[in-house]
Amino acid sequence: MKYMLLIHQGDTPTPYSPEEWGRLSEEEQKAVYDAYRAINETPGVSSGVQMQPPETATTVRVQDGKTLTTDGPFVSVKEALGGYLFFEADDLDAAIELASRIPAASMGGAIEVRPIAEY
Amino acid sequence: MLEQVFRDEWGRVLAGLIGFLGDFDLAEEAAQEAFAAAAERWPRDGAPANPRAWLMATARNRAIDRIRRDRTLAAKTRLLEKPTVVGGDVDPESRRLEETTIPDERLELLFTCCHPALALDAQVALTLRALGGLSTEEIAHAFLVPEATMTKRLVRAKNKIRAAGIPFRVPPAHLLPDRLAAVLAVVYLIFNEGYGGRGELAAEASRLGRALAELMPDEPEAHGLLALMLLNDARRDARFANGTVVRLRDQDRSLWDVGQIEEGRRALDRALALGGGGPYILQAAIAALHVDEPHDWPQIAALYAELARLTGSPVVELNRAAAIAEAGDAQAALTLVEELDLDQYHYLHATRAELLRRLDRPGEAEAAYERALELVRSDPERRFLEERLAELRG
Repeated sequence: MKYMLLIHQGDTPTPYSPEEWGRLSEEEQKAVYDAYRAINETPGVSSGVQMQPPETATTVRVQDGKTLTTDGPFVSVKEALGGYLFFEADDLDAAIELASRIPAASMGGAIEVRPIAEY
Repeated sequence: MLEQVFRDEWGRVLAGLIGFLGDFDLAEEAAQEAFAAAAERWPRDGAPANPRAWLMATARNRAIDRIRRDRTLAAKTRLLEKPTVVGGDVDPESRRLEETTIPDERLELLFTCCHPALALDAQVALTLRALGGLSTEEIAHAFLVPEATMTKRLVRAKNKIRAAGIPFRVPPAHLLPDRLAAVLAVVYLIFNEGYGGRGELAAEASRLGRALAELMPDEPEAHGLLALMLLNDARRDARFANGTVVRLRDQDRSLWDVGQIEEGRRALDRALALGGGGPYILQAAIAALHVDEPHDWPQIAALYAELARLTGSPVVELNRAAAIAEAGDAQAALTLVEELDLDQYHYLHATRAELLRRLDRPGEAEAAYERALELVRSDPERRFLEERLAELRG
């Protein structure tokens, strides 16, 4: 089975918000980096990308042939996607276990686990 | 007779088929066909010596036929990816199947149905369908939802099992405590749906509880849950009279199922011998004390205290208060009740009313009964409260 793990940062402090990130101790910051490194080194993980924060998003719609752009993500900033990765695993339990080790899951965000369609 | 065999065998056969085929829908269809074939043939030709093996072999053959007929279906199942248990030829295999024991994979099935990635109502429905062999119509009826809603719920759950890769296995040790708790919770929820009056659900939950205790003989809480259900359900016939709830102390003991009480006590002894002390065992121990005469109320209150510590539940605290009152201290009980944040719960007001009555404060008791009557929803409970209020005014 192949899964996509969608990382929603929610209230998680990230380096993109220096003030909140700065409230973490140096050790805590290091733990976050180490955890992401461990995730990326897990067999079966193909590391995805980290996105710039949702405040930098532009949302595009086409209506009557006209392209409309709005500032910000499609969903609210707090619900916006922050990053993703792919995971090849035996079953959902393995994907849940990996998701639970992603720092965002325990720091105010959540991980959505989605099976990838295979044909 | 045939129906009994079907009820007993459905879960085993379906579980074995899912383990073999790796696909819930395909297994269910094949099982249904095999059971239909049995219903047609057995009365005519006589039942086979080993009904389970016959059903299993027939269902496997039907499934394999179907896969061969419809190769595109094979792409959707894991069958072809797995080292196949079946050789090229089906018939010798089914002969061998008759001779060997079929592995019991009901536990794997139960953990699949109660996987936390499924919504709780879907876990319940799926468990009743897959392990209990209830039809979609029966489950819909039991939960008072339209059949179409229940069909959708089951289809969605089975799709998710397949699409999301929910495993068919007993969880490894590090996941087992949480997952077992989920399974026990589903079985107990089914039981409680039945406890309010729909007896067929309570009976079904007891069957599931027996199977679980048999499949996990070393899990104290599995025996604890079984004991709890048996001890409570044994008093089912005595709990209602003329559409009114009957208090334990007023129940006609000749209506109690003595055999079931004994079975419940044995399950509790087994749970305790295994060193258990979890919430189901505590509740079962309380239920066992409730069928003793005279009641050991201080001991019941102590068990409720331990249960409240484990669960943090204000409803348990309310029960503890009732036990403290029965042990003789209505004032302490009232103090405890008035600290609880359960204003929307009719039992809180009913208990408070009874305590106020005992403490000779009839005006306040009356107001508390009225509040309980505003909140109560079940008719037998309402009649009970109306009788108490009439007594008080009488």
